[in-house]
Amino acid sequence: MSGNAPDASSLGQAERDFSQVDKHRLVTALARVLPPTCLLHDLEDLRPYECDGMAALRQLPLVVALPETEAQVVDILKICAEQAVPVVARGAGTGLSGGAQPHRFGLVLSLARFKKILQIDAHARRAVVQPGVRNLAISEAAAPHGLYYAPDPSSQIACTIGGNVAENSGGVHCLKYGLTLHNLLKVRGVTMAGEVVEFGSLALDAPGYDLLPLVTGSEGMLAVVTEVTVRLTPKPQLAQCVLAAFDDVVKAGDAVAAIIAAGIIPAGLEMMDQPATAAVEEFVHAGYPLDAQAILLCEADGTPEEVAEEIARVRALLEASGATEVRVSRDEAERMRFWAGRKAAFPAAGRISPDYYCMDGTIPRKRLGEMLQAIQAMERKYAMRCINVFHAGDGNLHPLILFDANKPGDQHTAEAFGAEILELSVALGGTITGEHGVGIEKINQMCGQFATPEILAFHRVKAAFDPAGLLNPGKAIPTLNRCAEYGRERMGSTRQPAHPELPRF
Amino acid sequence: MNDLIEAWREQVRSAAAAGGCIAIRGGDTKAFYGRPTAGEPLDTRGLRGIVSYEPSELVVTLRAGTPLAELEALLAERGQMLAFEPPRFAPGGTVGGCVTAGLAGPRRAAVGGVRDFVLGLRMIDGRGDLLRFGGEVMKNVAGYDVSRAMAGSLGTLGLIVEVSLKVLPRPPAEASLRFELDEATALHRLNAWGGQPLPISASVWRDGALTLRLAGAVAAVDAALRGLGGERLAAAEADALWAGLRDHTDAFFAGDKPLWRLSVPPDALAVALPGAQLVEWGGAQRWLRSTAPAADIRARTAALGGHATLFRHGERSGDVFHPLPAPIRALQHNLKRAFDPAGVFNPGRLYEGL
Repeated sequence: MSGNAPDASSLGQAERDFSQVDKHRLVTALARVLPPTCLLHDLEDLRPYECDGMAALRQLPLVVALPETEAQVVDILKICAEQAVPVVARGAGTGLSGGAQPHRFGLVLSLARFKKILQIDAHARRAVVQPGVRNLAISEAAAPHGLYYAPDPSSQIACTIGGNVAENSGGVHCLKYGLTLHNLLKVRGVTMAGEVVEFGSLALDAPGYDLLPLVTGSEGMLAVVTEVTVRLTPKPQLAQCVLAAFDDVVKAGDAVAAIIAAGIIPAGLEMMDQPATAAVEEFVHAGYPLDAQAILLCEADGTPEEVAEEIARVRALLEASGATEVRVSRDEAERMRFWAGRKAAFPAAGRISPDYYCMDGTIPRKRLGEMLQAIQAMERKYAMRCINVFHAGDGNLHPLILFDANKPGDQHTAEAFGAEILELSVALGGTITGEHGVGIEKINQMCGQFATPEILAFHRVKAAFDPAGLLNPGKAIPTLNRCAEYGRERMGSTRQPAHPELPRF
Repeated sequence: MNDLIEAWREQVRSAAAAGGCIAIRGGDTKAFYGRPTAGEPLDTRGLRGIVSYEPSELVVTLRAGTPLAELEALLAERGQMLAFEPPRFAPGGTVGGCVTAGLAGPRRAAVGGVRDFVLGLRMIDGRGDLLRFGGEVMKNVAGYDVSRAMAGSLGTLGLIVEVSLKVLPRPPAEASLRFELDEATALHRLNAWGGQPLPISASVWRDGALTLRLAGAVAAVDAALRGLGGERLAAAEADALWAGLRDHTDAFFAGDKPLWRLSVPPDALAVALPGAQLVEWGGAQRWLRSTAPAADIRARTAALGGHATLFRHGERSGDVFHPLPAPIRALQHNLKRAFDPAGVFNPGRLYEGL
């Protein structure tokens, strides 16, 4: 293993070659530590693992392991370390950036059988769960105690908490309740060396460097998660939602800024443009106004008194910002109806188009108007439609580019369209990914967001945890060779090369 | 400003080449904290000023040497605040020192700690490279979240030159309530209340009395005041209490007896150790004035699932932070080498060898 591990001088330069991995030798070693039901290596058994939520990219692994205990995870990692086999950890496979895409010469480590809720401690407001537990299942288990797990990615009925940790997943309530990181107490995992480690603690901090933020969102590249302790939040007594229509997207953006500037942190604050509204209305009949150029959904939660106070203030701010219509949910059924449309945005896109490509850039909210205008221009340039849904409260934009993968060239055009949106997100002071992760999908755009010294620093962080580079190689952090190649491809474009000496916040 | 950054980069490169060390200093208000360190002093206060502040984006970006007081005054003008209530142990503390010390005040349990409000930063690493991580937006998962890991690193991973912080609106209403309760009952109540949607923003128990600070919408604070009972403190008295706890000007923190900070699960029972105790953060932070042997204090705290820091005074040449399990210690040393291979920055401030 140490013989072909990257040395310090070539760290991060090129992809490591794993073609020497011997499948037979690997299966033989794994069969010694795993029962046959925990080990898949026949083609038809491997097929379901060939992609995650980013179905456009498919790759069969050599082997899939489905361990049932932490000791088995340790054994698997030690075998893979010894044989220098890449390891790709996988939860429910709902990720949208290809983070769980198998490695051609590697093993997929599925945590699907780690699905026990080990403890709900209502008094201390925490839950200890295995990584394969679904996000929503935690809230369901905590509900009898008046508690819930706050982060709610749109895939929460299917996605697992282990995957949420790997991606630092968000959701529609991040602005008020934080990301996955802010709702974690402790993550237990196994390093590629087979060591069991705990990041964070049951207290509010842990001694030494805070490794929890490094591991959270690391896309399975630093350690394999085997147990997660999350913070549970008291369920608000009441939630109420305001729906506002605008005849102009810039006015809607200004309304968002006005709400925040007034000192209100809504529980949720979402925007949809007219094409997105039309697509979902046809699908779920949420009662959205179809003539509006943009609609905003703003949710208040808390005690009844608190909600009444906040809703009144939000309503006044929306009206002062030029809303053409403001509706307040009268009951829980109507609130759910308001949200049904927003939550159906992705399936609605799938209904009006054979394929769609979901982007995930985050921009400072004040640049929203510019971004939407630029996307309109790109629609003409690429002759492709794009509908926009937006976590307006925290600036996270999900343009859905509509295309048909069966049409020659369409896939490529959609990717070019998406790449241009991501590059603009960076140019506007934002980031290429707010909550879906880099994976393999956005790895080239990492070269635009970060300069060489930062890319190298990321490779060094990776090496601090996984010196041989076996955990999810090729994902999230591009090699310098890849960036150089990508830079050459993009020569002649208007983008300037990154200047490390200039502030680029 | 760029000239100063370039000069620092050169200073770091020279120190790394010559096997030297740099002791990073801001306002020097937390010199007592951590372990003693050595090195050529580098004063960050020349690099000051607000780079950008967008109240409606809830983000402020500033240079590391900016006085914390200047930032807090600016935020107050716009009805906003650093929600984690950073302590001001003495006048003159800087934003960089605040982030790198990673210390939060009474609101910690309600809103999160320093790292939860760091959105991005620029830093000089031990090679003299200028690096930028994170950004100015709330949601950002591109690359490892290095900027948050810098919170609490005590300057041992690099020199922060600029930082972007999330800010929050100041609560429209605040009120403090006092209850006569023994420690066990107070701990039980704090945890029980924590499971209810109550606007509790701070808590302290000592000497048979529990005090809560409520903060939030007027209606929410009024409803909680009606529901909780207790004796309401006058506003001036309450403000003095919470500021005294935040800045350690409270009488509990006076004198030179060793001050221990025990960070424990909030539901941990009363800690049986000799010496005066003060409970904050809904039970998750216990302050202890004790001359008991460090090993006893650490063992007792670890048994509760927590860790103990010798916060101030006492014997500081050994471990002042809780000893780490071997695999985590190895990762921490690897991380130090990743950012500062020559060991230039604040050697030994956090642990020996880090």
